[in-house]
Amino acid sequence: MIDALQFEFMRNALMAGLLASIICGIIGTLIVVNRLVFLAGGIAHSAYGGIGLAAFFGLPYMAGAATFATGAGLLMAMVTLKAKQRADTIIGVMWAFGMAVGIIMLDLTPGYNVDLMSYLFGSILSVPTSDLIAMVGLTGVLGFLVLYFYRDLLVMSYDQEFARVRGVPVRILYFLLIGIISLSIVMIVQVVGLILVIAMLTIPPYIAEKYTHSLAQMMFLSILLGAVFIFTGLCISYNYDLTSGAAIILTASTGFICSQLIQKALAYRYMIRWLQEHQPGE
Amino acid sequence: MSSPLIAINDLCYTRLGKDTLHEINLTVTAGDFIAIIGPNGGGKTTLLKLILGLIKPSRGFVKVNGYDPRLHASNIGYVPQHIDNNLSFPATALDVVLMGINRKNQSKFRFSEKKENIDIAHNALQKLRVGNLADRKINFLSGGERQRVLIARALASQPELLILDEPTASIDTKGQTEFYELLQILNEELTIVMVSHDLMVVSSYVKSVVCLNRSMHYHQSFNSSSDLLEAFYSCSVEETCPVDLVTKKLHIHGEGCKHD
Repeated sequence: MIDALQFEFMRNALMAGLLASIICGIIGTLIVVNRLVFLAGGIAHSAYGGIGLAAFFGLPYMAGAATFATGAGLLMAMVTLKAKQRADTIIGVMWAFGMAVGIIMLDLTPGYNVDLMSYLFGSILSVPTSDLIAMVGLTGVLGFLVLYFYRDLLVMSYDQEFARVRGVPVRILYFLLIGIISLSIVMIVQVVGLILVIAMLTIPPYIAEKYTHSLAQMMFLSILLGAVFIFTGLCISYNYDLTSGAAIILTASTGFICSQLIQKALAYRYMIRWLQEHQPGE
Repeated sequence: MSSPLIAINDLCYTRLGKDTLHEINLTVTAGDFIAIIGPNGGGKTTLLKLILGLIKPSRGFVKVNGYDPRLHASNIGYVPQHIDNNLSFPATALDVVLMGINRKNQSKFRFSEKKENIDIAHNALQKLRVGNLADRKINFLSGGERQRVLIARALASQPELLILDEPTASIDTKGQTEFYELLQILNEELTIVMVSHDLMVVSSYVKSVVCLNRSMHYHQSFNSSSDLLEAFYSCSVEETCPVDLVTKKLHIHGEGCKHD
């Protein structure tokens, strides 16, 4: 693996992986504790509509995807705040709609098109330096916002109604949160693909949640886990010549299953110990 | 005579064509301990939400301490009905209580807590006799313990008014007695408004009862159990309540929420 570092594409891939794990660790934690996984999926998929529109009108992909994703995200946020009961259904509709718009617009665009596979799985091995710089910028903005609003985000994430009684500007904060989520997703999808984003947004925070006692700890552990998964996945992909995105996701999923098994094993051990301490007839 | 803590004037709340609350007038003075009783769908939770400023009245107004609660909500402590909200959230009991602290003039950019805030939170937990659970993660607490933590969270803002929505739903009978005794102690320092179903238990602890079934009946300081029964029946069995029949008739004849 060390010799692989002489290639610029590999260094960039590692850098992109590290940045992606930072962004996903912070955003993913907020997504998991606010139960926005489905909404995040909806944003990521409907962003494809923006790519189709951008291709059709000859605009830069990034701008199209970012605008479309943020618009869809804010609309979904509005639905979630207004009609909680059926919000998931409406997100499902927008999810499918965005995808379909993207594909039809790309059909209608003459000439060479971005294909769906590269959008789904990304190409972490061919990240240009300009994207890395954009990711560094996003990480900075994200870090600033989360540090600035940490307390308010914490109170809102735990109990929205109580946060409103407490005077936290929940509505503004919620829209802001969805806005940052949309931008982060678009940025990372561009680099590592849609499927990897969903995996990185959910798996590390889910594991981290069980072993941590605060939101900040959960974010740090998620970043760490994300980085481990990405680097291990990249190593495997390099050594055995496998698709990088899929290798990373498989590593993360294996981590997820291991964490579940460890939990089960611990619970079982506690039970055995308890049974030994509480023998019948003593 | 102190000024009223809560003043509700001519309040109507209607949603989707359904008249949930109708012409409510209520004045709560500081130091009161009020139970709101009434049938399901009678508008109890709606009234709490109006006092908390979570929703906007369709007509009339609510004032807490002379202010619209939707703009000045900071001197109300609130304990929600559902206590198992977001259970696996990574926070200890102490963290949850710290969420309740009033932070109007405090700087942003804070991960660590000020010592004074931590002391306030510890005191609140101790007051509810769960001080030993401060470092426990919330999903390892029992229902009753979590409830106390949530009350501590409400007290952490050092409110004048404590609002509880069906607080005893997840506590057993023995726990309920302890719980109401605790509320009685808290009532020495602050005003309490709570929604409750178990009237017989409530009767020995609260100072006044509000019966809510779309419209409202207020019963202050009843002494005998027959007073209490009367209070209860005035809202739970519509047929036996002449007042209710009258208001209902008025409503049918098109008075409804139109007025003035």
